Amino acid sequence: MTNSWTDIRNTDLVVIMGGNAAEAHPCGFKWVTEAKANRGAKLIVVDPRYTRSAAVSDVYAPIRQGADIAFLLGVIRYCIENDKVQWDYVKAFTNAAYIVKDGFAFEDGLFTGYDEKKRDYDKSTWDYVIGADGYAVVDNSLENPRCVWNLLKEHVSVYTPEMVERVCGTPKAKFLKIAEMIAECSSPTKTMTSMYALGWTQHSKGSQNIRAMAMLQLILGNIGVRGGGMNALRGHSNIQGLTDVGLMSNLIPGYMNLPTEKEVDFDAYMKTRGFKPLRPGQTSYWQNYKKFFVSFLKSMYGAAATPANHFAYDWLPKLDVPFYDVLRAFELMHQGKMTGYFCQGFNPLQSFPNRKKISDSLSKLKFLVVMDPLDTETARFWEKHGDINDVDPAKIATEVYQLPSTCFAEDDGSLTNSGRWLQWHWAGGTAPAEAKRDTWILAQLHLRLKQLYREEGGAFADPILNLEWPYADPGDPTAEEIAKEINGKALGVVKDPADPTKVLVEAGKLVPSFAALRDDGSTACGCWIYSGCFNENGNNMARRDTTDPDNTGAYLKWAFAWPVNRRILYNRASADINGKAWDPSRKLIEWDGAKWSGYDVPDIAPTAKPNEVGPFIMNPEGVSRLFVRGMMRDGPFPAHYEPFESPVINPVSPRMQSNPVARIFQDDLRQFAKAGSTEFPFAATSYRLTEHFHYWTKHVRVNAVLQPEFFVEISEELAALRKIKLGGWVRVWSKRGSVRAKAVVTKRIRPLICDGKAVHIVGIPLHWGFTGVAKEGFGPNALTPFVGDANIETPEYKAFLVNIEPIDWPEA
Amino acid sequence: MFPPIPNPTTKPQRPTFGAQDLIRRSASTITPPAQRQTEVAKLIDVSKCIGCKACQAACLEWNDLTEEVGVNVGVYDNPHDLTANTLTLMRFTEWVNPETDNLEWLIRKDGCMHCEDPGCLKACPAPGAIVQYSNGIVDFDHDKCIGCGYCVKGCPFNIPRISEVTHKAAKCTLCSDRVAVGQGPACAKACPTQAIVFGSKDEMKTHAEGRIADLKSRGYANAGLYDPPGVGGTHVMYVLHHADKPEIYAGLPNNPRISPIVEAWKGVTKYAGLAVIGFAAAFGFVHHLIAGPNRVSDADENAAERLADGRRWRS
Repeated sequence: MTNSWTDIRNTDLVVIMGGNAAEAHPCGFKWVTEAKANRGAKLIVVDPRYTRSAAVSDVYAPIRQGADIAFLLGVIRYCIENDKVQWDYVKAFTNAAYIVKDGFAFEDGLFTGYDEKKRDYDKSTWDYVIGADGYAVVDNSLENPRCVWNLLKEHVSVYTPEMVERVCGTPKAKFLKIAEMIAECSSPTKTMTSMYALGWTQHSKGSQNIRAMAMLQLILGNIGVRGGGMNALRGHSNIQGLTDVGLMSNLIPGYMNLPTEKEVDFDAYMKTRGFKPLRPGQTSYWQNYKKFFVSFLKSMYGAAATPANHFAYDWLPKLDVPFYDVLRAFELMHQGKMTGYFCQGFNPLQSFPNRKKISDSLSKLKFLVVMDPLDTETARFWEKHGDINDVDPAKIATEVYQLPSTCFAEDDGSLTNSGRWLQWHWAGGTAPAEAKRDTWILAQLHLRLKQLYREEGGAFADPILNLEWPYADPGDPTAEEIAKEINGKALGVVKDPADPTKVLVEAGKLVPSFAALRDDGSTACGCWIYSGCFNENGNNMARRDTTDPDNTGAYLKWAFAWPVNRRILYNRASADINGKAWDPSRKLIEWDGAKWSGYDVPDIAPTAKPNEVGPFIMNPEGVSRLFVRGMMRDGPFPAHYEPFESPVINPVSPRMQSNPVARIFQDDLRQFAKAGSTEFPFAATSYRLTEHFHYWTKHVRVNAVLQPEFFVEISEELAALRKIKLGGWVRVWSKRGSVRAKAVVTKRIRPLICDGKAVHIVGIPLHWGFTGVAKEGFGPNALTPFVGDANIETPEYKAFLVNIEPIDWPEA
Repeated sequence: MFPPIPNPTTKPQRPTFGAQDLIRRSASTITPPAQRQTEVAKLIDVSKCIGCKACQAACLEWNDLTEEVGVNVGVYDNPHDLTANTLTLMRFTEWVNPETDNLEWLIRKDGCMHCEDPGCLKACPAPGAIVQYSNGIVDFDHDKCIGCGYCVKGCPFNIPRISEVTHKAAKCTLCSDRVAVGQGPACAKACPTQAIVFGSKDEMKTHAEGRIADLKSRGYANAGLYDPPGVGGTHVMYVLHHADKPEIYAGLPNNPRISPIVEAWKGVTKYAGLAVIGFAAAFGFVHHLIAGPNRVSDADENAAERLADGRRWRS
């Protein structure tokens, strides 16, 4: 989230698209209820199904899954056509005026530079014209036909209301009603918030779905303001924390990159990370990258990381491919190249696409270690459970180890919520039987490995032997110790660069924030963006003061928000070019002639003059990007592509059906149904239900009572077409697998008319498996395709093709 | 928005109402207290409800009830009806508004309405099995219940259920145990959107007015409060977007009244019935003298255990 949960109450318009907040985030949804009650805010829901969120909406419109970009670019086109643009914001705070290189173009569904063989782009033309002074060339009049604004105008021109209806199946009148409501928020005194979740991410163009809405929000001037923002509702209580601390195959903590094998040494790595400003006087905060990176290496390798060995850069793993994401990991397992798998707090047999492939892959392992508080299906993948887990245990040789771990309520620690708040929690109960804390298990493993390397040696032992392990009890690090390590500390004396006689942090003290980090090895910090969470003031994550001056929803004394306790990112943009709040009733920070101050921690240097320094300090431009240059693999603007399994041929660009750069493994390609397939004629999607949390709560009796059994949802029309009875058994199958389910026949799903053809939708909730107390059942991953988003490889769970028929099956 | 119910003190509390505050007692004549306590009410705002069933979960947890893990019959309502363990139930109705042609998903939390004039209490023949406190709460006393099921017939909302295990009637108590020590009902506490709020009946009516004004501003011209006069008003009230058509909310009665049969029961039938009961008791005693006591067979025992466990046999 750019904003916070509590800030949603400040909005005038909530748009829930690509998510179902009432269903999947019922507690957070209370802030929507607050906005409706306090500000008379309106709620718009756009979804293939009439969801629980839709049940309390003011306006609902249906949309075919996987067509969101067409809808959003249609709204952008509407705003431009009808002059519903917050011009002062767009001109001052976006790259609308930047001139783009001459070679760049978009034709037949492709941007310039496509290489079909590599399924990748040469992105060299996707950039600004750089002037003789070394800065990007801009035309503030927006008259230059090559400026971003004019290119955008041209790019979205095809997404007329008629085209939106054709692609999305959204009736034109509904679309126009929603476009009109959204366009009203171009006023400086009206804001809209976007609440989205996995309904946008789990597509082969998931990142671009989100970008399309981000662009719309910039055009309306809704980023950085109270009640605005791009608000990702994270799917787990701590999944924000997962990405923050770099639990991705290509990241290290704080959104820094793990080196690739091409970056053979420290200098080569740093060479592309200079982040020189693209406009005069801009902050370009990533210029501090080296400080954060060196401090990270110091926290990893302690005294063994020295200037002489480039702070042990060589000990970091180097990637030979862009990602080792879950799809690749299971592909490697399937090929027999990955033979051991350590599965911590994850249930891949239920969660990853193409379940048959997952099951086959796990069967090829030599060993599998499952660390989980629950008895997961993955730990029992080898067990036969009728048609639900149809395996032959005699043919599976994988050795499985189960290490029972504590659950979050049995442990101290912090959770990072969607709003970037790090909230400390205390153990509420003792762990059952032999369950151990994850940190204990990992510490024990590490110490044993270290011992083996010490005694027996081995290839490349340095990273293991030199790993800093500063805990009072090495076998059992405490949550506080780890939190302090993440916060960072001064190893030597840290002095003020402006005044070397002034000591900022004494040696051995916790640093107050990442501003104190240095690139000379005098500081260590596990995750720079979290710095400040546990400093010499104490554990700031444990703060529970609900003071909120003037009821802004900031709650600065409750827990700790990264970065530096800032609650709304880009909050400098809440004020106009001169530093005055756009909306006096929603003041956030203002310029008083000498400095920035207000209700939130300013997201800009406190003395940076408003007319000189742009609000988007992380970007070398100082402004936000409507045109994202070469930073996304599938294009500087979003474009509509069909899901890899789609009921229709791409109406916008028939020659380029699906995302041209999404990664596909050869074997999986054969397992996709063709566009408009008659064998698999129905458009399926998967989702959560409010009664359950993922595959956890089926282990809890109360939740099992509230939603006991696996089902699929279909329209009355499809039920009539296939002679399916309410509550009857059905078989649903895709080109990859088959499930058996009860049929919920509902008015909440209606067939959509897309490109002149009726598209029937099959809704498939997750939550059931073969362990726990709920009825045994299938999950949608038996059906879903093995393809991921072009930028971050999130699998396409939200749009695929199936067939359905009624079957006879005895009642359990 | 209605302020959240504050967390009550953790210090032990003396109950604020009890036997001395009864205004009605089934099959008994009592003298009501001179001073009536402030009437309480639970207000359920259907237009704010997201159907998350947190209220259902909280009810099971607080009352320590174990419900059967059922099956899906093609709808979201689970269990499929109120039971002796499920004292509150979300009922989902898909309704196409004929005026706008838009679908509306009406989600109503069903359960005891705590009528000012409770039909269950009137129908109950067991002295003291159903009582009404002066704050309006209608409560069941299981020890005194004879399991006859007359309360089910007497209820204009079809709420009480007879347990197959204990053969006692059960329904929502409005968390009288919690309310007595200054807490709100468990369902209200758990509701994330404050679609369920609790307070004095007057406060709830005032709160409802604000909600109704908001709904009217959003185009629901017939929004209103459901506090049916046919039963003297209720201590559980609904805010409905379509108060002119309560029946579209899973059959909420348009004008609920106590069945005339129950009203008659309070008259001549009662005395005639008592004569029959007296005769039956005498017959039973004679039967016992001749046939001896009834015995519980092993089969009975097993059947009871299966019921008590609440689990279905898996195939």
